[in-house]
Amino acid sequence: MIFRLRTIETTAQGRQIVRDRDVADGPVTLGRSADNTLHLADLSLDPHHATICGSDAGRVEIEAVGSLGFTLDGRQVRSAVINPQVGGELGFGGYRIAVSQDADGAVLLTIGLAAGTAQATDEKAAFSLAGRLPGKRTMSWLLALALLAGFLALPIYSMLTRAPKQTVTGDAAWSPGPLSLAHHQLEGKCEACHVKPFEAVRDATCVACHKDVHEHAAPARLANARGPLSAGDAVQWRIAQMFGKPGPGACSDCHTEHEGAGQMAAPAQAFCADCHGALKDRLPDTKLGNASDFGKQHPQFRPAVALTAGSDKLTRVSLDEHPREASGLTFPHELHLDQRGGVAQMALRNGQGTGLDCADCHRPTADGVGFLPIDMERDCESCHSLAYDKVGSTFRRLRHGDVDQMVADLSVAPRRPAAIVTGRQRPGEYATGGAYFARFSPPATSAGAVAQALSSKGICGECHTASAVGGRFSVLPVTQVSRYLGHGWFTHAAHKQETCTSCHAADRSNSASDLLLPDLKSCRTCHLGEAAPRGKVPSNCAMCHDYHLTQQAPRGVAPPKKQ
Amino acid sequence: MADAPRLTRQTPRPAARQLSAEHEGFLRHRSFRWLKRALALSLAAILAYVLVDVQPRPNGGSWLGYTLGTLGAGLIVWLALLGVRKRNMTRGSWSLKAWTSAHVYLGLALIVIATLHSGFQFGWNVHTLAYALMIVVIASGIYGVTVYALLPAALSNNREEMTERQMIEAMAAGDRQLDEAAQPLARRWTEPVLAALGERAFSDGLWRRLAGGRRGGGPTQAAIAALNLAASDEADDPALIRVEALLQRRRAQLERIRRHLRLKALLEVWLYIHVPATFALLAALTAHVVSVFFYW
Repeated sequence: MIFRLRTIETTAQGRQIVRDRDVADGPVTLGRSADNTLHLADLSLDPHHATICGSDAGRVEIEAVGSLGFTLDGRQVRSAVINPQVGGELGFGGYRIAVSQDADGAVLLTIGLAAGTAQATDEKAAFSLAGRLPGKRTMSWLLALALLAGFLALPIYSMLTRAPKQTVTGDAAWSPGPLSLAHHQLEGKCEACHVKPFEAVRDATCVACHKDVHEHAAPARLANARGPLSAGDAVQWRIAQMFGKPGPGACSDCHTEHEGAGQMAAPAQAFCADCHGALKDRLPDTKLGNASDFGKQHPQFRPAVALTAGSDKLTRVSLDEHPREASGLTFPHELHLDQRGGVAQMALRNGQGTGLDCADCHRPTADGVGFLPIDMERDCESCHSLAYDKVGSTFRRLRHGDVDQMVADLSVAPRRPAAIVTGRQRPGEYATGGAYFARFSPPATSAGAVAQALSSKGICGECHTASAVGGRFSVLPVTQVSRYLGHGWFTHAAHKQETCTSCHAADRSNSASDLLLPDLKSCRTCHLGEAAPRGKVPSNCAMCHDYHLTQQAPRGVAPPKKQ
Repeated sequence: MADAPRLTRQTPRPAARQLSAEHEGFLRHRSFRWLKRALALSLAAILAYVLVDVQPRPNGGSWLGYTLGTLGAGLIVWLALLGVRKRNMTRGSWSLKAWTSAHVYLGLALIVIATLHSGFQFGWNVHTLAYALMIVVIASGIYGVTVYALLPAALSNNREEMTERQMIEAMAAGDRQLDEAAQPLARRWTEPVLAALGERAFSDGLWRRLAGGRRGGGPTQAAIAALNLAASDEADDPALIRVEALLQRRRAQLERIRRHLRLKALLEVWLYIHVPATFALLAALTAHVVSVFFYW
């Protein structure tokens, strides 16, 4: 194998001088020493650095002789085999030797000096992503500054420099959540409540709109009822006050906003139980029993009941004392609800279906909360006819509610016992309230007729209790209580799925003095406290009670939010 | 005599400082010390969240919310300080390895703490923005830890003991030979070769680097294909054979460099999200905290 050593030199004028030297039958030795076939003057080389020889297969074999290797196509090696037809590039220190094949088949070794390695010095940059992407530092600063400008500087600047009544720009992103429905119109007007920077929402701000909200009790009593704070609460309040939070007792303690659109959540029963759980201990003069959880600790209901017949004075009595109601009426519910008795028969004949039910006499109020008072003409008279005479085809009837008129009417009434019996076959077609034979006969005299009417079996005395006021005939006034539990938000509308008798034992009551109110135990069959188990109705304090007693609440119509 | 006490003082210490041939990475540093601590922290936060009855529903404005929030904000600032810390190396229990280990595991615990701080209340506001940025930072961090664990082996396999500089020099050497070998060729052959010589892996942008080059090959592949079309009489030309062999080598070199670039890009790209998102997070966090107190 012939090795052709080619050196290329460039003259000062830029002309290249190519010198070829053929070495037949290698090996070609190379190194720093002058006795090598190829003398390379480079201090980084061994004196005898490597040998180059040909193999039988026409390949060129390069072998390092000394302790140092060389590079083949940029890669550090100690020995290499090159196919001269493809070629390769050897690197020895500062020299490069290109191996290739000359036209005549000789192996051409072109020796040259390596160019500067300026290009190679920035391989770190070449392989890294830097330069391919915006710099991390630049992106960091840009992003951070943009966010600070948009989400912090803009709203603060707007807040501090705005004209009065002008809304703040750019603070929508600060809202941690939608306001409740009641405050919806304040959405986007943060400054309406957050009046001063770094100052917590004050009660005065709430009261500016909520002018009618009453204090729950006198502040001194409230403070006493609250009692000393627990250690944990004391620490919390100390920290809260350090940050300028108002309270305890501030509006925002119970009413939290930004909890999502919809109704503002009712304050937790813990807020009530804090004081009412042991109210008796802290306020010995209170009339209220301790209450911390409807299912566990709640006093028996104390409805307002008329205890004295003829008086409209209502007295609150605990149901545990089994109070008897003195409404002034004689009315056995059982008799009227009996589905097989005479009342049922008469109702059937009156076309009211099979027997009476509660709704035949008790009509709910328009809001469904309670019931309208019983109205004699509408609710009773279709059976309890007040007719006492018949002239031609017209019935004469007593006027309900006017005893003097009754006395006057009966005084001139004909003494005809059982005068209007004829109408009985076809009730409902006669008189406004239908025909019914009133058993006030046989009147011997007109005074007798009046006395008969007022007697316990008479047309009046059947339901009313006769009395004499100043020597005149009279009946005791009737007291109909429209709301027994005046301090609760109870509404019948929410209990429509129940039957009347599941709470009111009217079908087993044979006396008008039975107070047909369900007691605590009865309510607890469905309602338990805030943490009621599945299947029971979780009932926190606010379900029935109101903290801020207002004039219309809770006796009147419940506002929509409570329904 | 004077040396004796010093010796006894030193004896218990080598155990702690003993150098082991076994490499312990930052993930398993001190038998997962920071993993355990981060788990304990997360569990404590979850327990508190479950046990404390915040009314009307859990939120960042309750005492527990403020506690978790303060903890979370402190963690975020401390985690961001890794960037400062890694530029100052020290030894000992607060070695950079320990710090990195804590950075990774406490960063993961931050998901729990910040989520509980939010009380799962999210919206289109600066508060959720801060949360989202935090998740971006943590997610990119998880990616970073994963590729650091998985890719270096592939990177090493691909290099086959070449340095990056050698890869570049090999490419340059090959190109010089190709340039020289193509001199005798006709113009219709030199044009694809010239185009092939112009193909440089380093000029690829981010997406092409991540994809590992362009689909269907570049000019080098095209040049090989062009030379393959040579008629049989030309195909015996030794110069053409040599050029094609050199082009094949060039393609192999390019592929190696592209694989290297791809792996390096996969290893580096997450930091281009992690770091800027961290600074964005710090800004959003500042806005979050200041806004809460501004509208207190």
